[in-house]
Amino acid sequence: MLSREGRQGLTLISPPLLYALLMLAAPLAMVVTFSFWSQNYLDLDTTITLKNYRDAWTKPIYRVLIMRSLNISIMVTIVTVLLAFPMAYFLSFRVKRHKALWLFLITIPFWTSYLLRVFLWKVILGYNGVLNSALMGLGLIDEPMTFILYNVNAVVITLAHAWAPFAILPIFVALERIDRSLLEAAEDLGDGPVRRFFRVTLPLAMPGVMAATLIVLIPTVGDFITPKLVGGREGLMISNMIQIQFGKANNAPLGAALAITSMVIVASISLVIYMAGRWFRGRTP
Amino acid sequence: MTEQSIIDIRGVHKSFGRVEALKGIDLTIREGEFFSLLGPSGCGKTTLLRMIAGFDEPTSGVVMIGGQSMAGIPANKRPTNMVFQSYAIFPHLSVSDNVGYGLAKKKMSRAEKAEEVNNALAMVDLEGYGERSAHELSGGQRQRVALARALVMKPRVVLLDEPLSALDKKLREQMQVELRALQQSVGITFILVTHDQEEALIMSDRIAVLFEGEIAQLDSPQRLYRQPINQRVASFIGVMNFLEATAEASSGGDLSLTIPALGSVSMHAAQVPEGTDVAAIAQIGMRPEMLTILFDETDKAACESTGEVVGTSYYGDMTYYSVKLSKAEQPVTVSMRNTAGRSIVPPGTAVRLGWGADSIVLFPS
Ligand SMILES: Nc1ncnc2c1ncn2[C@@H]1O[C@H](COP(=O)(O)OP(=O)(O)OP(=O)(O)O)[C@@H](O)[C@H]1O
Ligand SMILES: [Mg+2]
Repeated sequence: MLSREGRQGLTLISPPLLYALLMLAAPLAMVVTFSFWSQNYLDLDTTITLKNYRDAWTKPIYRVLIMRSLNISIMVTIVTVLLAFPMAYFLSFRVKRHKALWLFLITIPFWTSYLLRVFLWKVILGYNGVLNSALMGLGLIDEPMTFILYNVNAVVITLAHAWAPFAILPIFVALERIDRSLLEAAEDLGDGPVRRFFRVTLPLAMPGVMAATLIVLIPTVGDFITPKLVGGREGLMISNMIQIQFGKANNAPLGAALAITSMVIVASISLVIYMAGRWFRGRTP
Repeated sequence: MTEQSIIDIRGVHKSFGRVEALKGIDLTIREGEFFSLLGPSGCGKTTLLRMIAGFDEPTSGVVMIGGQSMAGIPANKRPTNMVFQSYAIFPHLSVSDNVGYGLAKKKMSRAEKAEEVNNALAMVDLEGYGERSAHELSGGQRQRVALARALVMKPRVVLLDEPLSALDKKLREQMQVELRALQQSVGITFILVTHDQEEALIMSDRIAVLFEGEIAQLDSPQRLYRQPINQRVASFIGVMNFLEATAEASSGGDLSLTIPALGSVSMHAAQVPEGTDVAAIAQIGMRPEMLTILFDETDKAACESTGEVVGTSYYGDMTYYSVKLSKAEQPVTVSMRNTAGRSIVPPGTAVRLGWGADSIVLFPS
């Protein structure tokens, strides 16, 4: 029997729970089921098979795409978190008044659609783009740089920019929660600013850094719009392939197996990062 | 305790924008003494302490420690260590690592450091607590960890900002005694910030009373209690009855006091503080325990008056009576020890009040 409180809790969460079941668990179950079936031209063959997984794990093309996706999202995560940390630090420690206004400013890029922002990066990074024209105008380069658009670099730059606020916010919150007298205590006990940062500020901000890492890493692995628009041929990622399988190639079971595969990989990486974060926090310097 | 000074504060002002938190502080703190900064909320105690620690710079004036000016020297290079009001125990470190935090930079072997940490923990009665984490400690234990963390650094001065205010009354009283004993055994100068006058009286060698950024009086606890410099200090340190009075010099430096509410009395020359301007005296002060209710017919006092009990407050060991004197409007407060067999006199009772000249404090107008 459920206690009164338990029943009350259940009543409270049941609408979102129902919604989550319908919109998340059901599609997921479908994808998992699909991945064990196979495509026979226009028909689905519903005999259980591991063939899709065998393909996904052995065919070089998929392995290359998965590895590239991981590489890109890990790079994006590192770049984003490294850039977000100083921003969050500045916001938390240097800005004395109007913090809310600064936070608001950070959200401004979201006022336009994501597609528009990606196109803007095209304008900035393109062959005749803002960056190249400016640098040529200044005489710093003789001919336009081509390594900045339609490749992995462009994907990393665009994604890092898009995800920056999601990384800044959790780090900012973690920094805000640090009791300032702890920093004074560290200084009082002989630490200069650098030692203090690594012995107190960073360990205490770690939950925020971990959250930022996961928030950026998990969705970027599966991004397919950015690589399609600015990635060129060598910037394509696994999700583009999944999209092709579900669409043009008309092989949903293989697409499902690829999706599940990348999901399992991302989940394991997230788990490792999470454990590493816990270890770092618990460790004594 | 020696007469040698460890901290010299000369003409220190501190302004925060338009707020003038400290208005010219001159202060000398002696090596090895337990010194308290006492004052009401917002008087600038913390500001002064933080300036000694190095977290704030004075707007003007100098802070010297051990004869050296501390201008421009950051907190991490000063021979002071602080016990924070919130204790500031590092939540991600164990008790040992908290206590040993400041030793990281010192040139000592790992074993020596562990030894120092254990000694410090033993000093505050926390042996065997080293492996615990910060959130497994009670308030009193956290306070001890913060103290051990400061003491392990062997600083010349330990600064304490209201270290006991977060503790309950019982524990606070116990820690007051322990802290005082510890300070005497290690012989390090302690500077305590508090707004609790009782705490300051119990623990300190000397007390500076701060009002609105200025030192009103700097004295030993006894002198502060017995000879407060003005009415404000007098009523901040304990309870004081103020009565109108006039004085006249009589033979041999004696003082003849006329107190309309009580009567006349002659004050011995030895009890009159040096440099008293007799003509300026307009008020006297008497502590509640210096007035006595003469319960029995046979009770005698140097001087006597009459009055009526108008209120009582029972404190267990003491009772505070509010007594309206026959010759004055304003009631006076009288404290009486509750001895065996004596019951509390109810309001409305007429009583005889005993008093004497030896406990009177003189205030100029
Ligand atoms: N950083 C600051 N910025 C502006 N004003 C400040 C700052 N620190 C202190 N003040 C002001 O200086 C005055 C003295 O403050 P301080 O903290 O020294 O008081 P305190 O005696 O420690 O009081 P409490 O017993 O309440 O802790 C107060 O009026 C306070 O408002
Ligand atoms: Mg204070």
